[in-house]
Amino acid sequence: MSVSATLATLAPFVAEGPSEISSVTRDANWFLTNAWIIPLIPAISFFIILFFGKRLPKKGAEVGIAAVGLAFILAIATGVSWMDHRDNFDGELSESPSVIAHGDDAHDESHADASDGEEPDTHEAAAHAEEGDSEEAHPYVAVQNSVPWFQSGGIEFSAGVLVDGLSVMMLFVVTLISLLVHVYSTDYVGGDRRYTHYFAFLSLFTASMLFFVLSDNILQMIVGWELVGVCSFALIGHWWEEKPNSDAALKAFLTNRVGDIGLLIGMITLFFAAGGGQTFDTLAINNAINQGGVSHTALVVAAACLMAAVASKSGQFVLHTWLPDAMAGPTPVSALIHAATMVVAGIFMVARLYPVFFEGMSIGGSSINLLSTIGAVTLVFAGLLAFVQTDIKKVLAYSTVSQLGYMAMALGVGAWGAAVFHLFTHAFFKANLFLGSGSVAHAVHSFDMKKDMGGMKKFMPNTYKTFIIGAVALAGVFPLAGFWSKDEILVGTGGWGFFGGTGGNGAYTFHLAMGMIGAALTAAYMTRCIYLTFHGEYRGNDHHDDHAHADDAHDADGAAAPAHAGESHDPHESGPRILWPLYILSGFSLVIGFVNLPPGFFESSKVLSFLPDGWEERFLHFVEPGGASYFPGIGHGTPSWSLAVVSSLIAFGGAGLAYRYYFVKVDGLAKATGQHLTEMPNGPVTTNKWARAGHTVLVEKYYLDHLYTGIIAGATKGPIARAVNWVNQNIIDGAVNTAGETAVMIGKGVYSKIDQGVIEGVVNGSGRISDATGEELRHINSGKVQNYAAIMFAGAALLAGAFIIILAL
Amino acid sequence: MLLNQFLLLAAALFCIGVYGVLARKSGMLVLMSIELILNAVNINLVAFGALTEDVGGEVFALFTIAVAAAEVGIGLAIVLLMYRNRRSIDLSEADLMKG
Repeated sequence: MSVSATLATLAPFVAEGPSEISSVTRDANWFLTNAWIIPLIPAISFFIILFFGKRLPKKGAEVGIAAVGLAFILAIATGVSWMDHRDNFDGELSESPSVIAHGDDAHDESHADASDGEEPDTHEAAAHAEEGDSEEAHPYVAVQNSVPWFQSGGIEFSAGVLVDGLSVMMLFVVTLISLLVHVYSTDYVGGDRRYTHYFAFLSLFTASMLFFVLSDNILQMIVGWELVGVCSFALIGHWWEEKPNSDAALKAFLTNRVGDIGLLIGMITLFFAAGGGQTFDTLAINNAINQGGVSHTALVVAAACLMAAVASKSGQFVLHTWLPDAMAGPTPVSALIHAATMVVAGIFMVARLYPVFFEGMSIGGSSINLLSTIGAVTLVFAGLLAFVQTDIKKVLAYSTVSQLGYMAMALGVGAWGAAVFHLFTHAFFKANLFLGSGSVAHAVHSFDMKKDMGGMKKFMPNTYKTFIIGAVALAGVFPLAGFWSKDEILVGTGGWGFFGGTGGNGAYTFHLAMGMIGAALTAAYMTRCIYLTFHGEYRGNDHHDDHAHADDAHDADGAAAPAHAGESHDPHESGPRILWPLYILSGFSLVIGFVNLPPGFFESSKVLSFLPDGWEERFLHFVEPGGASYFPGIGHGTPSWSLAVVSSLIAFGGAGLAYRYYFVKVDGLAKATGQHLTEMPNGPVTTNKWARAGHTVLVEKYYLDHLYTGIIAGATKGPIARAVNWVNQNIIDGAVNTAGETAVMIGKGVYSKIDQGVIEGVVNGSGRISDATGEELRHINSGKVQNYAAIMFAGAALLAGAFIIILAL
Repeated sequence: MLLNQFLLLAAALFCIGVYGVLARKSGMLVLMSIELILNAVNINLVAFGALTEDVGGEVFALFTIAVAAAEVGIGLAIVLLMYRNRRSIDLSEADLMKG
């Protein structure tokens, strides 16, 4: 397959722009220009598993693991190539090579309108200067390789890959998590009735997401987006024999459809407004927006419509309801959905089309906008919901919704790098937590923390340790992964006015406050989750004794586990294929935060000042397209020690309160009374009216499901249908009836005078004639095909004869 | 260019096909006759395409072949079902549409 890169589609915008810059090249090494191979491998593996999987010795699992492993190796090679390319690129840009973007100059020029009055580049310039004399500040140049797909109506549709820091980062995350999930699944769903089918769809899921993150035009993004949705539908409903599972799959699919309408409208708006009705190319669209030639109104519409898509796919508030239900799928799938594929697609889309949101939502220089506010609301509301869940996976699901809220909020306040970094770190610790919860559920055959867990620390020490690491990383405790990314988001809000630590794109103080509350909530609900799952006494056995086999109904993940029919057995630690992914992920959760140390960290920490500054902000350096023509000139907040300390204290405060409640009070009472307690019998929920009301609201999930199914769907079916019926009966029918009665009166008059006399004769006569004709013609209608064919041919011959005669005349 | 010979061949095939469709009793033979008609048309298309040096003729012939393949698939399915239900593919017996 010969791939000849064409970038002709970019031409109109390069021509009309004031400064002809376009940070894109195809002059890069093999791994970067041929990144399309990465999604292709799991895609091929999907077909192999689907058609030959059942005949293979390991039922197709080995093909999936090999394919994803290969993709992972290629992703790493691509990542290494990208780092080299980022720092040492001196090839030619695709267009107008004479105007090679000199990083900061071009940046200031092209984005003067986007960030007026601020100094977005001071920090960046400083960072570049700090990189040392030997290394110049290389421009950020994305690698694009596209081929024409087809042409229609003068528009060239191309297909291709766009490789830059963002997509390379996603490649790494998706392939790594997917590989671990594959390995984990061989044990977890071992012996399942649709084992081969399951692995086939894991492959397709991975391929779809890789395809999505590598797309270089918005059409391809839509395709990838929908593919991801279909795969999630298939995997959430993997055990479709049970109604709740297939309901959950349908709910996920339909909720996503709601957002997909927004996606389509938004993309079409972009195509016409920013693509000039000529190109779907992502970079061309971004460039056009950055050069300021696109109507602001159109961008507002596009951003708002795409926002709906983000809300559905990335589980933002009001459309997040499908995500917790999606826990009906097998746990490794949940880990994959929540960490690497599916839900981060929305965040990725915003990050990829960032100029649309930056301009459309007026992120720079404002202090509130739709994206950041939805994110902030989501992160707090979902964090609260996590407190009332008894299902361990649902706690984690709401936690994901809450963390996605962080990412959306960070994107909304202009902290692009922080959002993407949080996506990166979150992938590791959330996959860690999900796989950990799966490990526990595998042992006790249930996800119910209150009924079937407790005291698991004793039985599963390794799972416990990895789960703790994941939870601590999620809670944002120094120095684990979550701390660094969460802190960056809080810095990025620019709302921390004290002690000089500020900056960013505007004073988003409200969002900073919501982020702080979210940090406290995260720490608290994870403490609750750890207590209920791992501490206290094991509550599974007495339950088993009481209702022998009652657990079959809610047996963890249906037929996930081989049948342990024992009446009272102790759970035991999972096998190596489950534990090793946990070890690896918790290792990442421990250290991955260090890849993006805040600027000036070594210097100001005094102790570490001997380390080179070049080690700071490596992630941002490689991932954020600062200075690239397709990226808006965002400002960066200045990190602040005081903010880091305060946010950590708040997180510790949240964890401390929950610790006091569960580990001290509940545990103490349980030990004193010898009962299996999960909550205080006289806690505020039972004694305080307001607390009880709040609790009910949370248990009912803010009544959103009632709103959707009961009120919106119900109203459409019930009252509105009745109302329409009433209108039909009384108004329309009334009009019709009146008209009818009038007509009858007139008709009676006409009948007696005209009809009986004159018309009747004519009508009866014509009736008799047609009756007689019909009687004769009936014989032609023999029902025999060949008679019809003969008539048809005769007719055709007659017409042909007439035609010839007419021509001859 | 010997166009006449091609047209005569096509006309002959067409007539044989029409005869088959109208006169044979067996559903199978009727289907085969339809194929003859279609191929007569194809010969015309290709012949005229070659005459005018326009590739469109060949392209349309290819389309016709594709459509014919689909058509014969459906036709055979109908004949098969007819045989299952009636133990016969005699078209003169199939007159359920009689008016």
